[in-house]
Amino acid sequence: MDEKIIKLKEELESKLASVSDLGELDKIRVAYLGKKGSITALLKGMKGLSHEEKKAFGADVNKLKAYAGEKIEECISALKQKEIEREIKSMPQFDITAPADIDRGSYHPITLVQRQCEAIFKSMGFNVEDYSEIVTDYECFESLNIPKHHPARDMQDTYYLENGQLLKSQTSAAQNAILKKYGKNLIENGVPIKAIFPGRCFRNEATDACHENTFFQMEGVMVDKDISISNLIFFMKTMLSEVFQKDIKVRLRPGFFPFVEPGFELDISCLICGGTGCPSCKHSGWLELCPCGMIHPNVLKEGGIDPEKYTGFAFGLGLTRLAMMKYGIKDIRDLNSGSLKVLSQFTDDE
Amino acid sequence: MFLSMNWIGDFVDFSGLDKVELIHKFSLSTAEVENEIFFKGSDISGIVVAEIKSVENHPDSKKLHLLKVDAGDGKLTDVVCGAPNVKVGMKTAFAKVGAKIGDITISPRPLAGYTSNGMCCSEAEIGISDDNSGIMEITDDAENGTDLKDLYQIEDIVFEVDNKSLTNRPDLWGHYGIAREFAALAGRELKPLDCADLSKYDSLPKVDMKIEDNLCQRYSCLQVENINRTVSPVNMRIRLFYCGMRGINFLADLTNYLMLEMGQPMHAFDSRKVEKIRIKRFDKPFVFRTLDGVDRNIDENTLMICNDNTPVAIAGIMGGLDSEIVDDTTTLTLESATFDSVSIRKSSVRLAHRTDASMRYEKSLDPEMTVKAIARFVKLLEEYDGGVKVVSSLTDEYGYRYETVTLDFDKAFVNRYTGIEISNRQIVNTLSSLGFKVENNGDDFKVVVPSWRATKDVTIKADIIEEITRIYGYDNFDVNTTRSPLYPVRADRTKTVEDKVKDLLVKKYSLHEVHSYIWAYNDELKALNIPVENNIKLANATNPNIETIRNSIIPTQLCQIKQNTSFAPDFGIFEIGRVVKGMDENNLCIEKKMLAVTLFSKTKDVSALYFELRDMLAVIAGDIRHSSFTFKPCEPEHSYEHPVNLNKILIDGEEIGTIGIVHPVAGKSIDKKASIVFAELDIEEFAKSEDLGITYCEPSKFPPIDYDLSLVVPQGMLFDAIKTAWDGLGKDILKNTRIVDTYDTETVHSITVRFEFSSNQRTLSSAEVQEIMDKVIENLSKIGVELRK
Repeated sequence: MDEKIIKLKEELESKLASVSDLGELDKIRVAYLGKKGSITALLKGMKGLSHEEKKAFGADVNKLKAYAGEKIEECISALKQKEIEREIKSMPQFDITAPADIDRGSYHPITLVQRQCEAIFKSMGFNVEDYSEIVTDYECFESLNIPKHHPARDMQDTYYLENGQLLKSQTSAAQNAILKKYGKNLIENGVPIKAIFPGRCFRNEATDACHENTFFQMEGVMVDKDISISNLIFFMKTMLSEVFQKDIKVRLRPGFFPFVEPGFELDISCLICGGTGCPSCKHSGWLELCPCGMIHPNVLKEGGIDPEKYTGFAFGLGLTRLAMMKYGIKDIRDLNSGSLKVLSQFTDDE
Repeated sequence: MFLSMNWIGDFVDFSGLDKVELIHKFSLSTAEVENEIFFKGSDISGIVVAEIKSVENHPDSKKLHLLKVDAGDGKLTDVVCGAPNVKVGMKTAFAKVGAKIGDITISPRPLAGYTSNGMCCSEAEIGISDDNSGIMEITDDAENGTDLKDLYQIEDIVFEVDNKSLTNRPDLWGHYGIAREFAALAGRELKPLDCADLSKYDSLPKVDMKIEDNLCQRYSCLQVENINRTVSPVNMRIRLFYCGMRGINFLADLTNYLMLEMGQPMHAFDSRKVEKIRIKRFDKPFVFRTLDGVDRNIDENTLMICNDNTPVAIAGIMGGLDSEIVDDTTTLTLESATFDSVSIRKSSVRLAHRTDASMRYEKSLDPEMTVKAIARFVKLLEEYDGGVKVVSSLTDEYGYRYETVTLDFDKAFVNRYTGIEISNRQIVNTLSSLGFKVENNGDDFKVVVPSWRATKDVTIKADIIEEITRIYGYDNFDVNTTRSPLYPVRADRTKTVEDKVKDLLVKKYSLHEVHSYIWAYNDELKALNIPVENNIKLANATNPNIETIRNSIIPTQLCQIKQNTSFAPDFGIFEIGRVVKGMDENNLCIEKKMLAVTLFSKTKDVSALYFELRDMLAVIAGDIRHSSFTFKPCEPEHSYEHPVNLNKILIDGEEIGTIGIVHPVAGKSIDKKASIVFAELDIEEFAKSEDLGITYCEPSKFPPIDYDLSLVVPQGMLFDAIKTAWDGLGKDILKNTRIVDTYDTETVHSITVRFEFSSNQRTLSSAEVQEIMDKVIENLSKIGVELRK
């Protein structure tokens, strides 16, 4: 083999051995394999050689060319590999255990509990209704079988406004309107009335850790041809088991509310002790949770529904109370306090 | 109200039954029983009747006596006793050595140098009264050594019923009515009340009595004389005490006893003071002294019992001091009456005086009870005081009667209402045991409601359902879902919008949802120098800080911002709540449901914060209604609004809210340096606006052309005005314009607007774009907007 070829080969090998970046390597490639590169130049120096010599020399140069190309490619991938490794090495180690820095908003706890209850009832085909906070005497009392002079009016310390309207003392104030709204569809098309109406209620009383003058309730009604006490118990038990996400034992006791007959106080087995008795249920094993009953025939009548043909149940659930139970909020006033130290904790809609 | 099982046991045979279990059953079927049940007398034992045989003064003590007592065990026991009323021959309650009183076991005990081998007890120590003035004096015939529990009904089970759960049950305000419930629950007979036969006095003269007012429903009375007994029988006193009343004297105790037994309040007048009973109201207010010595203002609505024209008692509430039974009373007039329940309730509220009697009357007592109560009273009087003499015939006037309530229903009705199977026999048995008269033919029932349930309580068929089911027991119900048909439920639009707004503000903008009161925060607003604006007020608020209903949530939110300034350097709050925007033509409140947002920042300048809020609104309109708000500068209407940058928020051309910066006066009261911006909009109006939905555009396959123009904006010119320069230009190919850069010096406000051209049909030529842009530039120059050089 020609000495020049050998020399060139050795020269290339030594250069490739010391090359450290891709730019430099490309320069080497051009220097040897480019149009004006030294290997290409070898071929140009064949002029004085015989045909045989040319043939042999040419073959050797082509071998060198192929060899050089191969070596340079090898070198490229080695350098690329090194670069990736360098990049990997250069990545600093992060402290994933460092506390997360999240700017999160928050929902009012009532919103969270209300949404949960609404979802349960929507899944059972109930409409969710909204109603005004300022209502008339008719809506809050008369239409609910609570005539003037009824003692129930004294029991509820109602906020009256200068014009004779009042701040609704109970979500039931929406009952008449809802019966009227859906009654036609019930009577003409047989579509049962199924509605819940969460809302804010007001009572004119002094506030303390357990009493608020402004609180939330959620009322529900269902009216159809054969709605029974048995159905009422079923819905209450199902709803409450869903709300608390465990099988809840319920019991009904007679309770007196003018807009239902029969009326009940519904107790649930104590969530803390499960019914064996503890301080939070005053050792009775039960918590009074939810007044309910069969809608009074006079209330149905007032809503334009014939009580001889239709029956229905109604219940009222204290959303504020539920939120307090669910999150362990001890002072009811925290809910309307506007204190972000309290409220900012309720970040998630479950 | 406390109830004694011994007393109830007078009327129901409880033998073989678990009384505590029955009380629980009562709580589930009739009325709420408080948790604690009292086992009276269970904590004492070994207390016997003993006679004091000798009394010696203690040599070193003025108070103590040395006694020898005979406790019936054949010997005399030495006892040291400090009671002032010891005397020889007196029988007392004696706790022998080994006796138990509460946690104490009696043992021989040295006392001032002598050993006391037991203890003489006061009534209070035994727990049968609150009398602790001396040891108990036993006047009843009993052998020494008799266990006190054998002599008196000390052992009893007492429970308390929540009065509120009896509001609708006038019949349950006495033990006899309660006993009726227990009899029904236990399946036992209710024994009749033992009453005197008053007909034997029919020949005696009547009491001069006349109802002159229709607020008196029935008035029955009887005169009695020669009552010698002054102290009530021990068992009677024990029952009264266990039920929460103090023994006073025999006659007062007996009226109380009758009230607790039958629920019928009674009153005894000194007959000398009450010769002509007239029941009426007076035309003019006056002052009347009741038997508790209090002067009370009586108005013209209050029904009075009078001696002719002199008032002697407030009907149904309390007797007068002057006509009360006194020591030298020989003849008394017994009153047993019923009055209009609403009138009694209102009078008692007006007088701020609620008594055991008025509490019962306001429930609408059974008028049939008045005569029966007198008959029972006389029976007990005769039993406990043999010399008593009735001196008038029963005098009874019925002002008005309740109609007999008869209800018809059938088995199908019961089935439909209950959803379970209750047999005809069970229906009949339950109703009969509660005193209803029942006729049952096949599946049809006819029921006559007893008088004690017919005053207001049971009036319709549904009431009968309650009677049947509560005794059946709700725990025994088979629980089933409904068989109602199913239909799709359409979500309420406002509700859906509200939920989406809340999610956006919480999740995208990290705002905090707060709640607040519907009235203006008077005190807190004063601190912010924000006057409370005139709006409708509460008529009966008791708290001076609660008065005016708010017309905007923003002032409330500024109070809440102030309260939270140390919470974080930057935060925002929102609420969807109600306000009243004046009155409508019928003088009814115009109630609006508003979304209010307030942002607070110590780190951002007011412009950044203002645009953050503006962008939030844009996202709300864009994401929820797929449309956009427009803004219109407006003049401030409220003290907290900064006059600059105040804008109305419009959707579909309708004004639905306001966005602005907080006025520096209020702002500085909150925080000297922070930026505070607010927006409030009518969420129901917003929800009503048309949802434009998503409009899909096929992405263009041809290259777009962007064209940037840098403009110098004249002072005060809004983008809305600049925009008019390319109104209607570029038709299908000018897809969008946006501000990509702003450049401000002290004197020049400049913006770079990018015009984005593209076509789905063809490759655009730069010439056609240039042609449009030339027109834009020309228009801009017409309105005074020049290109930046």
